[in-house]
Amino acid sequence: MTQSDREIRQAGVRRTIWRSVAALVGMFAFAFALVPLYDVFCRVTGINGAVDTTAQSIVHEEVDESRMVTVQFITRNGSGLPWRMEVETRQVRMHPGQTTEVHFTFSNQSGGESWGRAVPGVSPATATRHVRKVSCFCFEEQKLQAGERLELPLVFQLARDLPPEVNTVTLVYTLYPVEGKSEPLQTAGAQNKEGEEA
Amino acid sequence: MAPKVPPQPTLEQSTSAVDAGHGHHHAHEAPPKGIMRWLLTTNHKEIGSMYLIFSLIMFFIGGIFALVVRLELFQPGLQFVNPEFFNQMTTMHGLIMVFAAVMPAFTGLANWMIPLQIGAPDMALPRLNNFSFWLLPVAFGLLLSTLLMPGGGPNFGWTFYAPLSTTYAPPSTTFFILSLHIAGISSILGAINIIATILNMRAPGMRMMDMPLFVWTWLITSFLLIAVMPVLAGVITMMLMDINFGTSFFNAAGGGDPVLFQHLFWFFGHPEVYIMILPAFGIVSAIIPAFARKRLFGYASMVYATAAIAILSFMVWGHHMFVVGMPLAGQLFFMYATMLIAVPTGVKVFNWVATLFRGSISFEPPMLFALAFVVLFTIGGFSGLMLAIAPADFQYHDTYFVVAHFHYVLVPGAVFAIMAGVYYWLPKWTGHYPNVRLAQWHFWLSVIGVNLTFFPMHFSGLAGMPRRIPDYALQFADFNFVSSLGAFLFGFSQLLFVAVIILCVRGGKKAPAQAWGEFADDLEWSVPSPAPLHTFETPPTFQRPAH
Amino acid sequence: MRTLLVWLAGGLALVGSSQVALARGWNMPVGVTDLSGEIYSLHMIIFWICVVIGVVVFGVMFYSLFRYRHSQGAKAANFHENTTVEIIWTTVPLLILVGMAVPATATLQKIYDPSDAELDVMITGQQWRWRYEYLGEDVAFNSNLATPRAQIRGEEERGEHYLLEVDEPLVLPINRKVRFLFTSDDVLHAWWVPELAVKQDTVPGFVTENWVQINEPGIYRGQCAELCGVDHGFMPVVVHAVEEDEFDAWLVERQEMAAEEAMGVDRDWEMDELMERGEGVYGSICASCHQPEGQGAPPAFPALAGNEELIAGIEWHKDVVINGVSGTAMPAFRTTLNPVELAAVITYTRNAWGNDTGDAVQPAEIAERLAQ
Repeated sequence: MTQSDREIRQAGVRRTIWRSVAALVGMFAFAFALVPLYDVFCRVTGINGAVDTTAQSIVHEEVDESRMVTVQFITRNGSGLPWRMEVETRQVRMHPGQTTEVHFTFSNQSGGESWGRAVPGVSPATATRHVRKVSCFCFEEQKLQAGERLELPLVFQLARDLPPEVNTVTLVYTLYPVEGKSEPLQTAGAQNKEGEEA
Repeated sequence: MAPKVPPQPTLEQSTSAVDAGHGHHHAHEAPPKGIMRWLLTTNHKEIGSMYLIFSLIMFFIGGIFALVVRLELFQPGLQFVNPEFFNQMTTMHGLIMVFAAVMPAFTGLANWMIPLQIGAPDMALPRLNNFSFWLLPVAFGLLLSTLLMPGGGPNFGWTFYAPLSTTYAPPSTTFFILSLHIAGISSILGAINIIATILNMRAPGMRMMDMPLFVWTWLITSFLLIAVMPVLAGVITMMLMDINFGTSFFNAAGGGDPVLFQHLFWFFGHPEVYIMILPAFGIVSAIIPAFARKRLFGYASMVYATAAIAILSFMVWGHHMFVVGMPLAGQLFFMYATMLIAVPTGVKVFNWVATLFRGSISFEPPMLFALAFVVLFTIGGFSGLMLAIAPADFQYHDTYFVVAHFHYVLVPGAVFAIMAGVYYWLPKWTGHYPNVRLAQWHFWLSVIGVNLTFFPMHFSGLAGMPRRIPDYALQFADFNFVSSLGAFLFGFSQLLFVAVIILCVRGGKKAPAQAWGEFADDLEWSVPSPAPLHTFETPPTFQRPAH
Repeated sequence: MRTLLVWLAGGLALVGSSQVALARGWNMPVGVTDLSGEIYSLHMIIFWICVVIGVVVFGVMFYSLFRYRHSQGAKAANFHENTTVEIIWTTVPLLILVGMAVPATATLQKIYDPSDAELDVMITGQQWRWRYEYLGEDVAFNSNLATPRAQIRGEEERGEHYLLEVDEPLVLPINRKVRFLFTSDDVLHAWWVPELAVKQDTVPGFVTENWVQINEPGIYRGQCAELCGVDHGFMPVVVHAVEEDEFDAWLVERQEMAAEEAMGVDRDWEMDELMERGEGVYGSICASCHQPEGQGAPPAFPALAGNEELIAGIEWHKDVVINGVSGTAMPAFRTTLNPVELAAVITYTRNAWGNDTGDAVQPAEIAERLAQ
């Protein structure tokens, strides 16, 4: 094997390495890019019941009075937030195209200020894209002072093009503390640390 | 038919190769002695041997974990270990077998055989090669040490689904992530090296479509590794950030999505499954023609089928997630794509059978394992096809039926292929044939053990036994009893494998250069047995077989 | 060749007779819903397709292995490709797969139609129990493993339904379409009953749905199918399917029971009463993590016995039980236990295993706190 053969070979190896490294960096970035992409994909298709977390404007369309859809509201408490969350009515019957307002109350039962976030979900997932939230407490984090009570609205529409097989839509809100913003339970923080170190 | 091996006397060729090797290459300086020799070696054969020995040790460690699991499941009730330790054992068994036994074993075979099969003097990047090997003991030493840490080692299954592996994980999880990162880097470096070697170091005259199938399958495997190992690295980095830096990639409380973890994991995980089986296809495609004394049927379609499987593997990850609540369109897409994989896989099986048809077949140890591979891998393929049917998967998912399926693909699939490869190439490595009688015992006990272990799992799964449970309802008792007996039989038979290897290294019937006759005719059989430390320093002239 | 045919026939006969055996706990159950029957048929169709392909492929293979033995002087032929054959064995499997995909798609479409359900049940997975809420009916309860630990440890003889029995089964009417909504409080779980052919992951923060319409009354048992931590194997599902009128009566009875329990909030409870009730609640809800003797399993699950923080801080103690601790396995019990149960279990843990604080927490106090 001549010197020039060897050099050609080395150049080839270098080229392969650079291409591989480029592919590697690309795929690593791709993995992270998948997070927002997945998010966008889910919101566009509504596949996982994750709803848009920004307000949409009311669309004035003709109310489809021939159709009645039951909308259920479920509130759930994640752990670590001393709040009570209640909905004034557990279910409403409405027509597609109609706009409805439902009130939720939040009360902070602890002696300190805390932040919470209601994470929304929709079932069936196929209905997700057709639930048009005009205003929702779930768009932003909420702060409650000790003992404070807050009533917040959910204003939404069901789009007229809601798939015909859907006659019940369930909106679920799970209340979670906002990490780092809420004061920890009086001494629970210390106890947690102990647990971790043990 | 003319063999691909150049007809000149091989010993002379090799000596002349050694003579020609001085001057422009410093590999012939006296190697360092003792441990330093192994720490610093850049020789592909020595590194290959280290990979193989490492994976064999890990195969036994992972095997011991499996036997702990099978011991606990021997009968209903909790007898030997508590559920917490049981979960650590199932998790560690999976992680060790996948990342520390099967993958390094194939890398070891690649290190040894790819340069020999393409007529290259060494891997393209010998020092990187050394580095990628020595990352492995560090990675898995670290992983095993988590078992001794407070709270124990990983206990969330080898698929480490969030949030069980993040918010609810033991404190040692950060070390688990680190060790997986190191192992991933090792695989990636190995893959780059293999691609660089195959693309640039082939003997003059050897075109891509002349390469042995083991080389082809490893080339495609390497591309898969480069494509998906960074995704795994990305996922575990996100886990690390969720655990330690308060991000919420997979934490619903912070606006994240636990199902996203599964999408990312299986985007890596499904190609990973093929990473563990494609090189096995290559090995079997070398062995069957050798002992059927007939050229491989459909070489080109084998290459295309391998590439097709690799491409499809990126489009089927969702079939691991049929019960997470995907929309109908997603279910249908992943179901159809998964069913499609049966086509190229079927082509491969048909090609092997067609190679056997009207051959002249003998049953040396490598052939025994290769034939068992074809039959048992196909059975695993059948259950895979059943699992692809999404509605039926609602019943199969996460049961012992799945456990049976992937163990059929991985144990009598990947592991048998590795063993077949070891028996096939031992004469080249050691200069001796393996002891036939012992190898036959090893084969038959392994085949019986594997089937006793995994066949009843089909039934226990269909009858309703979920996987990863330390105790079970009484109607599953008989199946589990048989499985446990089989597992111990299989586990202990592997000691015979070690015995065969040790005996073969120390002596045995002398093997000529072309140890398995004229149909084992790839370039590795043109160098003497045992292969000298340095081969092909002068590239051989590749001769294409006449059609 | 004739020998081969005899063997093949024998093999088929064997498979045929195994059909009988398959009926008894070796095969997927046919189940008690229309869809479970369809899924069973799909399973059997694809199984037999695999068997037929297997017989052909392995038949040719073993025939070759036997017929073309080197030791019998077989001479190898010299062919290594045949385009026609290769096209055939690529397209034929493709056609078989298309044939298989058609019924599978049809079944899947039926499964994905939860419309017109008459009853909605929310199923929540929690480490390590199920919670069932009959939406709009004011009936909700937890369903825990009922098998005594002594049976698991082998100190008692194991019962017929070992590990597949619960304290409160999910009661469902037959012939009515029941919609399930699934979610989780902590990690992933999967709710599975083979006879109903329903397996669905429960995902924290998300809701998935599925449905069932049971044709026959009976007791159907299943398990959690997704690894969810230490007691993943001890999280059974039991569904009690009853006639429709029986179900309606049961629902009324449960509503009355809940009302009666709610009345208990208004009266003062004796220490002994609280301790007795608390012990029961502790055993079914808390003991799987904090252990029967309150010794815990650090670092994941802190000990309660002798826990100084708990002994010193009654308010903190109530807070942790009611609201849970974020980032840990401790859930909020504010809605999953009623005020009586909360008061009882707090009282119990403050006084059991040498934590002799003497505090008796009254249900009324808890109820007031929850209603603030």
